[in-house]
Amino acid sequence: MSEQDTPESWRIGDHEFRSRLIIGSGKYESFEQNLECAEVSGAEMVTVALRRVNFDAAKGPRLLDVISPERFTILPNTAGCYTAEDAITTARMGRELLETDLVKLEVIGDERTLFPDVPATLEAARVLIDDGFTVLPYITDDPVACQRLAALGCPAVMPLAAPIGSGMGIRNPANLRIILETVEVPVIVDAGVGTASDAAVALELGATALLMNTAIAHAKEPVKMARAMRLAVDAGRLAYESGRMPQRLYASASSPLDGIANY
Amino acid sequence: MPAEHTPLEHAVFVNGDVTRIAPGCTVDGLLETLGLMGKRVAVAVNRDVVPRSRYGAVTLADDDHVEILEAVGGG
Repeated sequence: MSEQDTPESWRIGDHEFRSRLIIGSGKYESFEQNLECAEVSGAEMVTVALRRVNFDAAKGPRLLDVISPERFTILPNTAGCYTAEDAITTARMGRELLETDLVKLEVIGDERTLFPDVPATLEAARVLIDDGFTVLPYITDDPVACQRLAALGCPAVMPLAAPIGSGMGIRNPANLRIILETVEVPVIVDAGVGTASDAAVALELGATALLMNTAIAHAKEPVKMARAMRLAVDAGRLAYESGRMPQRLYASASSPLDGIANY
Repeated sequence: MPAEHTPLEHAVFVNGDVTRIAPGCTVDGLLETLGLMGKRVAVAVNRDVVPRSRYGAVTLADDDHVEILEAVGGG
């Protein structure tokens, strides 16, 4: 593709990215499969979780030996935290471990849906921003919550498209449109996409980027799906940048109306 | 309730399990014992995150709760 045909790059704070696809590292069969998907997807940023050291496995290769911080921007998350306090501590652990200011802030409010606890997310975001973090909050597709997070100083907001790991796709495009129109920071759609068309829709709506894990990791052929997602994200973004034609209810002929033969 | 121990050693909790250490053991010393020196881990003692630069300075006390985390797959 020529420069003009390539989607524009984008930034979060000091970090610049060309790829608009951020992928996770959970649920893969192996670190190697994860790496191959990351390479094929074109993703430059990969999320990780923080958990207690597995002493039994500690002698073998670890995730970061394969998904290397020298090669990818690693985005530590606070997954599994149900309170602002735990999320804040986990974010600080991630900063120590990865020497990064980035954190994907997740404060979960409900076990079955994994929907965020909005007040706790706001509280944790405020503390972490004061502490110098670049906070990327996972949040409900709620325009007001997204506005509040942006006002606190989050350099991007990450509304969900559907519950984490559900593969349900973009459940509320209207809310995403309102978020995109009313929030001045980049919007990264995080969670819920199931297949390539979902990814394209998110980018066509104007999302700056898209974060996904299960849609690739739990495809029957994850590497092939990683490629599909790369193409879909690029296609969706290019379509957004192109500016789609207006929709109309009735047909508008593409072939000339003049000069039609009369047999 | 404090874990049982002899006066010559302290008992700390490492990722929830009782671990016996010598009095005066630092975070550095604990990581060495556990074979984690130089590994990509993060350490918190009683919820306070310990910066890498302080591993040699932070001494563990009886009943301290130590969490040692690593990066794992996640979304």
